[in-house]
Order: sequence, then structure tokens, then C-alpha cells
Amino acid sequence: MSRANDRLHLHALILILIALNVTARGQVTFERLINAAKEPQNWLTYSGDYAGRRFSPLDQINTPNVHSLVAKWVYQTAATGKFETTPLVVDGILYATGQDDRAFALDARTGRPIWLYQRQLPGDIRPCCGRVNRGLAILGDKVFMATLDAHVIALDAKTGNLIWDTSAVDYKNGYSFTLAPLAVRNFIVVGISGGEYGIRGFIDAYDADTGKRKWRFYTVPGPGEPGHDSWEGESWKIGGAPAWITGVYDPATNQLFWPTGNPSPSNRGEGRAGDNLYSNTLLALDADTGKLNWHFQFTKHDEHDWDATQVPIMIDAGGKHLIAQANRNGFFYVVDRTNGKLLSANAYAKTTWSGGKDAEGRAVANKESSPTPEGRTVCPGALGTTNWMSPSFDSQTGLFYVTAREECDIFSTAPQPYEAGHAYYGSAYFPSDKAEPYWGALRAIDPDSGHVKWEFRHISPSWSGVLSTAGGLLFTGDAEGNFIALDAATGKPVWHFQMGGAVYASPMAFAVDGREYVAIAAGSSLYTFGLP
Amino acid sequence: MSATCARAWLCYHARRTPIIFMNRACSLVSCVHALRLRTLELAVLLLLAPLSMTAADRNPFTGDPKAAKAGEFEFRINCAFCHGLGARGGGRGPDLHAQKRHGSSDTDLFQNISNGIAGTAMPANGTNGQGVGMTDEEIWQIITYLRSIEVKAPSQPIGNAVHGKQLFYGDANCSLCHMVEGKGGRVGPDLTGAGGSRTVEALIKSVRNPSQKLAWGLTEPTKEFAQEYETVTVTMPDGKQIKGVTLNEDNFSLQVMDTNEKIHLLEKDKISSIKKSRESLMPVYDNTLLSDQDLHDIIAYLLSVGSK
Repeated sequence: MSRANDRLHLHALILILIALNVTARGQVTFERLINAAKEPQNWLTYSGDYAGRRFSPLDQINTPNVHSLVAKWVYQTAATGKFETTPLVVDGILYATGQDDRAFALDARTGRPIWLYQRQLPGDIRPCCGRVNRGLAILGDKVFMATLDAHVIALDAKTGNLIWDTSAVDYKNGYSFTLAPLAVRNFIVVGISGGEYGIRGFIDAYDADTGKRKWRFYTVPGPGEPGHDSWEGESWKIGGAPAWITGVYDPATNQLFWPTGNPSPSNRGEGRAGDNLYSNTLLALDADTGKLNWHFQFTKHDEHDWDATQVPIMIDAGGKHLIAQANRNGFFYVVDRTNGKLLSANAYAKTTWSGGKDAEGRAVANKESSPTPEGRTVCPGALGTTNWMSPSFDSQTGLFYVTAREECDIFSTAPQPYEAGHAYYGSAYFPSDKAEPYWGALRAIDPDSGHVKWEFRHISPSWSGVLSTAGGLLFTGDAEGNFIALDAATGKPVWHFQMGGAVYASPMAFAVDGREYVAIAAGSSLYTFGLP
Repeated sequence: MSATCARAWLCYHARRTPIIFMNRACSLVSCVHALRLRTLELAVLLLLAPLSMTAADRNPFTGDPKAAKAGEFEFRINCAFCHGLGARGGGRGPDLHAQKRHGSSDTDLFQNISNGIAGTAMPANGTNGQGVGMTDEEIWQIITYLRSIEVKAPSQPIGNAVHGKQLFYGDANCSLCHMVEGKGGRVGPDLTGAGGSRTVEALIKSVRNPSQKLAWGLTEPTKEFAQEYETVTVTMPDGKQIKGVTLNEDNFSLQVMDTNEKIHLLEKDKISSIKKSRESLMPVYDNTLLSDQDLHDIIAYLLSVGSK
């Protein structure tokens, strides 16, 4: 090799290094998303990492000093309705969404806005359960939002300018998006909402540069496809099975693990005899093609709205590759993620809907829990043991944390014909006269045994997710507006702050200039906390 | 973020109205653009106003039994959670067979269902965060259903309102705990509006069996409101007990009004125990304490106040 060649190589190396440096500063690459743990100051995906753990490796705020935590800044959206966002933070800039499909970028040190985007929504959208959005995905120099009028859009991360806008499906038939998209390789994965409208659910991937759709997986199989025979007659066409929470991604196998929601109508099984695949199911999809590798259905032929739309968490322990989910139906599932086989299912709250298990160990509904016109009392209630609020897994304690709800309701059927774009529950529910008052708890589950190790009781059910941190702490919120820090090992509350608005969001953590912050949305405000 | 942008952000008006700007990054241009569009929109709205007034004013299904049936299903799904099956009144919402306290015309009902009733637990359509909300058509179906089950108020007064008032403020001791038109006690609910929003049967029941409807198991839509009238006994470290009603509570604090109307602001880690009860503090007024005739007189008094 000649000297000249050496010099050339050196120059090339320097150029590559400069390019890498620039990329690392300005662009969020797929490699950075895979290696999120290497930059604990940033929060790059909805759940903080691809495994879905909602765990921050930051430990500046820790059990000895958490008592001195103070509010650092507050950002107000000046909007009403539930504020469900989980912000992203990249190199000092915080990106988040708000009610009515607004998005914003803030100086993460001060909360001062850098840009704002407000979606122009049609007047006749009818999303279930509020005009909510749970957050953004980031890739390259763009952020991505999935909207209430069922579009997927890309915004310039520096200005908020609209880069592309793709309609996924006609919102008029009851379709919408509420979830934070997931960026994988060079595409953006989203799952549809609309289980209350008799939609046909799907999961889509879009090219991050162009917005062109790369693949679609229908969560209700069409004629000729495996699973199609799990639907009676034409019921598959309006079978529901939305996919409205952000799934997780396994880089080692290039697979997405994505959970789905209820069959439609949610509380009336009449007319849709069969298992109703792939409702209430964990799907393992090839990330490049959207092809199904395996599936595990948590609740077959559901009549209680047991959406499985809870973030599943990938756990690697003892040489095993597992995926765990605390399900809305009251059971905690551990599944082998190499093949979709159920390893364990244990109740983590009061359940009366299931009286036994099938050969695979899956909880099966008993006849007495099937809703009738007069109504039947069933536990958990209509909102489930948990819902979309994120759980957390802390590898330091080895515990899985989830917000649980103790509530029983009367489930009754209210037969109604399907009409495109109209609510299609086929049901109604009421609080039971004899029921105990509703309450909630943050529960720590040992995934090995499936047992609840401890709980922290909420006086009323909470809609807050959970964050665990390397500081030995858990953070969560409650319906009365408290933000609470707990000892991750014992569940003992060690600090709280009254924010003046109910929490419908999951916390996250980030650092700027070497200072750690914990953030949570409450009321119409985004709060951050740090050491004095 | 410039000051101009902040103004543009403020320009953004209330939800559920067409959002006509801010569909891109905030800038001076977008704000000016937005203001221009607003003027235009206003003009269009003014032109269309007579048309839309008619749409919200007139029930297109008046007397249609098919619409009433559809409305019954809609009611079960959207309203029965608070107003009870068959609109007979639930833990929170009043019986809807009788006169509606917040307006009984079709327009009133449409407005109240669409926009909610300020100062009450009644949420605006689609904002309770649980259901999907209703279309205008579905709201009219519900109103048609409510009309189909409506009961006209009895023309004969149920009792002697003048005597009822004397009892309320005198021998029956109601006013020790209840207020009517600004006069009376504070430990129980203000009954000024009770006669206008509850049926006679519901009023009788709540006197004869006060614990039956003590509101428990409130859900998120009503969570903003204090958990009033829940009976609570707090024991302090020195053994002293505070008995009263819960004004509010969270995981760390408790606000209680005791039977002497004193408000106690308590931190949970500084008290020994909290005991809650589903038994109302109100005594059971059976026939020996209050005759049927006296009860009817008191209810006649509440009805006379409630119908004002």
C-alpha cells in the first residue's frame, strides 16, 4: 500500500468521522434508536426503548435525594380534554403532542416553545374516548404523528413544517389514530383506532422519507387467509380488532410485537361466533414485510371489551427471550417470544369473568359472565384491570410494574344494527349498586412467579402509567392530580407533588446539561421536575 | 417562540369548532392568515345562521316511535351510567321523567346534551372521555325517547307546602343539616333544587332510607367534583375523633366537614385512622319520626321551591 493511498484513507476516515459526528448531533438514526440505552439523556421512542420497558438509566435523582425534588417548568397547551402524551427528548429539545392533534417542540431546559403545529381536523371526526394523542416518533430530521382523521404525517423536527401527509383510511367510517408511531429502520409503524365503530383493524408501515405505504397487516383476516374461519358469516368485515397502542420491536429478529384490541361489537358475541382472530392478540410481524410469524390470542371471542392494547415488554432472563403483558382482562401473561407459546398466566387483580383455563393455560370466559339485556356483574369492570397507560420493567429489581383498577360493573347488551361511522358497541355498562367503591393500585409483579410482590393503593383508579429509573425509583400519577415517587423495591411513597389536574399519561425522564428531569402530563399542562 | 406566535396560539379558538389555521408551523404569516380566515368564516356563519338555528331547534323525529326506540339504546349507552336504566335516576344524574331543572324545551335538551351543564356533573357530548359521543341525529333520538317516557307533574299538590316549610325549619329538624334558598345547615346537600330535579318517589326514598343513594364509586367524568356527603370518622393520634362528611380526598390529604360544620384540613400521614361508611349521617326518618302526611308536606314545600 502506497503512502498516497494511506493519506487518502486517512482523509476518508476523517470525513467519515465528521459525517458521523454531524449525524449524531442532528439526526436520529435507526442505530441510535437500537442503542437508546447508550444515550440515557435522551428519550427516543414512546416507551423509551424498543423493548417497551419505560426505564430510564438516569440515576441523578435517586432514593436518597428524591425528597428534595422540585418543579422546574410547566408548559400549558391551553386546550381541554385528556392530555395523554409521552414526550420525546433529543439533544436538549423536547417533542410532544397535545389534545386535538397539536404537536410542539420545546427547549427542554426551560419549556420555552420552539415551534407549534396544529392539525386542521375535519368537524365530523368522532374518535372514541376523547380527542387525544399519545406522542410522536422521531427518525432522521423528522417527527411523525398519527392523527384523529386517520392520517400519518411527517413534520420537520426543526420547524414543525409539514413534510408529507398520507391518508391511511377514510375517517368517516369510524377510523382514527391516537397512538405514538414507532420508527423502525426507515419506516414508521402505526396501528388504527376505532374498535367502537365496527372497523376492520390494521397495522401499517410508511416510508419515512416519502410517506408511501410499505405494507399493511389486516388484524381481521379476509377470505382465504388463515384465521378467517374464526368469524361467523360476514362479521369479519366489521370485526374491529384495532391496534391503538404502540408495539415493541426486537432488532435481533427484526420482528414487531404488536397487540390488538376488542372484536366488534365489544360486548355482544351474538353474530360473530368463533375465536374472532386476531382480536385481543399479540402479533409477531416481520418488520420488513408485515407478514405474520406467530400470534397469541389472550381472550378468545371476547364479550367484555378486553382490549389487549397494553404495551408488552420484552424481557431477557436466564437465556430466555420472553415478552410479558399485564392484560386488561386481569391476567399477567409471560410468552416465549421465539415461538408465541404461553409460559404463564396469573391473575393480578380481582377477576370473575373466567372460571378456568384451556390446555394452553389461557383463561377462558365462563357462561355466567356473558352479558345479557338485563345485565350481569363482572370483574374487572368495563374499563378493565388496566388500560393503555404504560407499565414498566426495571431489570435492577426484576419487577414488572403496572397500574391496576379494582372495579366491577354490570355488563348489558343493547343490540343495535351496524351503520357505517356510527357507534357500534352493542352494549352498555353501569356501576353495580352492590359494588364496592372503585379503587386502584400500582402493583409490582414478579414475572418469574407471576405473583404480586407489593402494591401502592390509590384511593381511586389512576390512568397514569409508570416510569422506573436507575435511581431506584418509580414515578406515577393519580386521578386527583398527584405526581408520586416510590421506592422501586418496596413501593413506599417517598415524594409527591399536587399538579392540580388528573393524570392521563405515562411519565418519562431525560437530562440536559447534566441535569436530570422527570416529566408528566397532567390536566392541560406538561410538568417537569428536577433537583433544586 | 415569538410574541406573535404566542398570539397566534391564543387565536386558536375552542375545540369542536373548525380549526382553521395553525395547520403548519407558527409564524406571523399564519396568524394574519388565520385572522383573515376567521372574518371570512364569520361571514359564512352569519349567512348560514338561520338555517343552522332551525337544525338545532326542531326535533325531526317528534313522536316517531322508531326514533324513540333507537333513542332508548343510545340512552343506555351514553346516559344510563349516571341517569339510570330507563332514565329513573342513578347515583349522580336525576330522574328524567319529570320536569327538567335546566330547561325542558327541545332546544334546551339539545343544548344541555350537546354542551353539558356548567356547574354540574353533566358533561358535554363526547367529552366524558369514555364513549364516542353522539351525532345530532342520535341526540334527537334520545330526546324523542325522553318525551316518550315523560310524566306530567301531578296537578294536585301532594301536601301542604306552608306546613312543610314550618316542619323543614322546625320540628322535623331538616334545616339543621340542609339549606334551602340560602337558609339552613351545611352538612347535607342543599335542597333548593331537589324538588325540581328529583321525582316525588325519589325524594320519599331518600328521606325514608337516606343511605341508599349515598354516592360511591364515582368515575372519572364526575371525579372533578368533591366526594360530598360520604360519611367519615377520622381518629387523631391523641385519640380524638372527627366525624363528618368528606369534602374531598386524595392519596395524601383529606378535607372533612364535621357535624358542627367545622372544616378540618388533614394530612393522612399525621392521622391514626380513617373509617368511611356507606351509612349516611342522616337519620332514618321512618313513620314514627315523620308521618306520611308530614313527609308529603315537606316534599310539597321542596316542589314549590324547585318549580320556581
